[in-house]
Amino acid sequence: MSTASTSAPAGQARAGSGPVLEVDDLRVQFRTDSGLVNAVNGVSYTVSAGETLAILGESGSGKSVSAQAIMGILDMPPAEITSGRIMFEGRDLLTVSPEEQRKVRGPGISMIFQDALSSLNPVYSVGYQIGEMFRAHRGMSRKDAKKQAVELMDRVRIPAAAQRVNDYPHQFSGGMRQRVMIAMAIALDPRILIADEPTTALDVTVQAQVMDLLKDLQRDTGMGLVLITHDLGVVNEVADNVAVMYAGRIVERGTVDDVFGNPAHPYTEGLMSSIPQVEAKGGRLQPIGGQPPNLANIPSGCPFHPRCPKRRTGADALPGRHCAEDVPPLRLVVPGREAACHYSEEVLGV
Amino acid sequence: MSEPTDDAAAPLQPVAPGEVLLEVNDLKKHFPLTQGIVFKRTVGHVRAVDGVNLTLRRGETLGLVGESGCGKSTVSKLLVALEKPTSGEIVYKGRDVAKMGGRALKQYRREVQIIFQDPYASLNPRMTVGDIVAEGWSVHADIAPRKGRLQRTQELMERVGLNPDFVNRYPHQFSGGQRQRIGIARALALQPEIIVCDEPVSALDVSVQAQVVNLLEDLQDDFGLSYLFIAHDLSVVRHISDRVAVMYLGSVVEEGTDTEVYTSASHPYTQALLSSVPVHEPQLRGLKERILLQGDVPSPANPPSGCRFRTRCWKAQDICATEAPALVDRGQGHASACHFAEARTVIPVDVD
Amino acid sequence: MTDQQQQLDLRKDEVEAGTTTGLASPSVDVTDSRQNSLWSDAWRSLKRNPLFWLGATFGIVFLLIAIAPQVFARGVDPRACDLANSKATPSADHWFGYDVQGCDYLANVVYGARNSLIIGIFAVLVVLLLGVVVGAIAGFYGGFTDGLLSRIADIFYALPLILGALVLLRVGPETSIPILNSRGPGAVALALALFGWMTAMRLVRSQVIAVKSSDYVAAARAMGASDIRILVRHILPNAVAPVLVYTTITIGVLIAAEATLTYLGVGLQRPAISWGLQIEAGQDSIRSAPHLVLFPSLILTMTVMAFVMMGDALRDALDPRQRS
Repeated sequence: MSTASTSAPAGQARAGSGPVLEVDDLRVQFRTDSGLVNAVNGVSYTVSAGETLAILGESGSGKSVSAQAIMGILDMPPAEITSGRIMFEGRDLLTVSPEEQRKVRGPGISMIFQDALSSLNPVYSVGYQIGEMFRAHRGMSRKDAKKQAVELMDRVRIPAAAQRVNDYPHQFSGGMRQRVMIAMAIALDPRILIADEPTTALDVTVQAQVMDLLKDLQRDTGMGLVLITHDLGVVNEVADNVAVMYAGRIVERGTVDDVFGNPAHPYTEGLMSSIPQVEAKGGRLQPIGGQPPNLANIPSGCPFHPRCPKRRTGADALPGRHCAEDVPPLRLVVPGREAACHYSEEVLGV
Repeated sequence: MSEPTDDAAAPLQPVAPGEVLLEVNDLKKHFPLTQGIVFKRTVGHVRAVDGVNLTLRRGETLGLVGESGCGKSTVSKLLVALEKPTSGEIVYKGRDVAKMGGRALKQYRREVQIIFQDPYASLNPRMTVGDIVAEGWSVHADIAPRKGRLQRTQELMERVGLNPDFVNRYPHQFSGGQRQRIGIARALALQPEIIVCDEPVSALDVSVQAQVVNLLEDLQDDFGLSYLFIAHDLSVVRHISDRVAVMYLGSVVEEGTDTEVYTSASHPYTQALLSSVPVHEPQLRGLKERILLQGDVPSPANPPSGCRFRTRCWKAQDICATEAPALVDRGQGHASACHFAEARTVIPVDVD
Repeated sequence: MTDQQQQLDLRKDEVEAGTTTGLASPSVDVTDSRQNSLWSDAWRSLKRNPLFWLGATFGIVFLLIAIAPQVFARGVDPRACDLANSKATPSADHWFGYDVQGCDYLANVVYGARNSLIIGIFAVLVVLLLGVVVGAIAGFYGGFTDGLLSRIADIFYALPLILGALVLLRVGPETSIPILNSRGPGAVALALALFGWMTAMRLVRSQVIAVKSSDYVAAARAMGASDIRILVRHILPNAVAPVLVYTTITIGVLIAAEATLTYLGVGLQRPAISWGLQIEAGQDSIRSAPHLVLFPSLILTMTVMAFVMMGDALRDALDPRQRS
């Protein structure tokens, strides 16, 4: 895969070379009452040290499910990983023993969630919960673990950390709780941090603080950051590279500047023109038609074709590139840009 | 569909376009904090709304922005008479809503409708779409004669972009965006003058948000509706609003036209808010000023003295702790509740 | 128009719906695979639950027995007794044997079902009526009304069902209250219901409070709908599911409670035919004729189980969290 080969924006530190995390052709299904739901349908991406990869998608695009598969926190059943590899430091996390997985996932890859309150245990103090990471993985004593916890809380800029270390989660505000989650996630110096909608539940001023913190921590530690979000603005301000997901597939991938500056997939293009701007009143919005796809019944051919203003069906279509019949593969359109559209060149205007 | 008819016997008189339709004066809503089970004693008050002034003219959209807990949702509940104000008044068509009785209040409830944020919680799961849309006519029987109701329901569904053949389906058979359209049809059925939109698109997917925003704009043009558009998304509010009011901790801190508030914000809170909004165009990245606010919003049960924002404000002086700044124009061209109001361009002005 | 064409047209509409806000082009329903209401979803789930089928089979057999006992008694009159057959053990002709009086025991057990059913259903109806009315008022109006009604329920809670019913049935015949002074099935049912409605009330109350704060109730209120309309059209239909589950299980519990009261001597009185009376009479000769206790107990247990199983299955089916 070529994301790693695309040049990083200027000023972006790149520790090491080659990807740390490599996801290859990941497929996840859910068995439900209403049949098989294909949540992730062949997703591949790589994350290098110091890189911020944004996975952009709407609800039901499979962006969170793929992250949960990496973390091994999918409920199986109903979920089932039907194919794919998740390579981390040369090992396939899907084939190693559960004991091995536990060793890798705690210190190697960690994750923060949208809802910090329900991710924290309400009956333990935050200091105890942060310290538990050190006790469980590094065998530290209670006292040392607590000292480390205070240090970490300082690092995630929780004011008066030494006094608040014994407070319980409900005594913190939403933004502070997310900081506690971040402290737990970075406790063991992970090489990859997956942030699943980390600021969606937060107000915009707090969101700015938290994103700032994440960027600073990344600069200090050189970890790879996978940012899962539906917010184009957050992607633009924080990420180096972006993978746009739709109906369980990556439909476009490249640097944020390229993808947002000149989309190669009609879906990305539609997203860009359907959101209003804060810096100008703008004219009438140009929405994407129709409704998001039903994953139990994904349209044939290109999953986006029923909503696509540029689709070609019938006589218009080129042979083998019929939007309602042929599934477009994710292919290199121009150097550094991949898109899963039969007519990306037209969309791009090259 | 026609304009809301002028019922001669009705006590509320119609208002011409551009005239003041609704006026909110020093509106307050304090929720008591109680202790005890049988004998409740009040131990304090949450000042959810604490002195809000708003004016809504016929045919215009007033945007109300603010972060969670600023009281904007309570304002919406007060406006549709779901809550009773602690003090202050809501004047509709020249009459105080609190003093309306029986018939006038019923008409007020018909003319001021609400659209909710959560398209899943706002529709009764046991009722068909047709019953949901037509329910208002059972309460206000004078709008639609019993006979043609099914047809009118289907016309409304078609108008909001739903297939009229789905009149007998249940809400859970629709997607989020479609459900929001059902909610809009329900409000529209009563031929309202004002629709209070309480975060109507924030629960929707990005690609569907624009559909609903466009629909709201079209309906406004067609029926001469006035909107009070409450949201935390500053971009959406700017797009749809003629005038914008910014709320912080129960009161309005800045008000003006969308251009005034967004390009020459004069209250430090508005400036911080605008600077926090991430922009989605790569060429604008890094061009705006970065103002990172410190700390959290204080509790509305125990707000700071004087200016509410002073605990997080970089301009705060002694006067801010003692004297609450009035919401007036201090020379920046629009009203701002800051002793040291000063117009400032925070967000980059778009080149196109 | 062929199906395929129709599908294509709908797809076209779907695309246009976005760009025109759907002025004349309705958007297609993308969830077309799920065209069922909550109840039919529940029914689909019920159909696949073996527990439900087991319970329903027992329940229906019990119902048929109660309606037409003569068929199941194989035409034998339960009151045609011959002391010569006293305590005779089961045989090919008389499956359940004979009781102390020499009456056919199968006929007696079978005829006992009717009283159990009448009492179970009548009591549960009263429980439901009291529970829904009091619970809905308490939950809907809240404040002082709620406080008062909830405290009244607490007082009833303080008296255990059996003890309360026992006292009431003891005192009942000495009073002139119409149903209570009869000692018939009506009195037993009423006594059971009077001390058993509180759980239903609490259930309805908590459901009503939960539903009351939902947005669709706010929407109805905002359009000026009356309290009665909101309660009947919006709140109760959404609050009813757990009550239905509780009711089904309670029928079984009440049937068992009736047998208990009768066994203790304050419920139905001879010459009424009842499982409780049969167990009570049979216990004296449990060594010589254990079948006299065994058969009515077995049938009673199976009946109670039937309702409990149906209620359990119903709970699983109606709880959306059980379905993904």
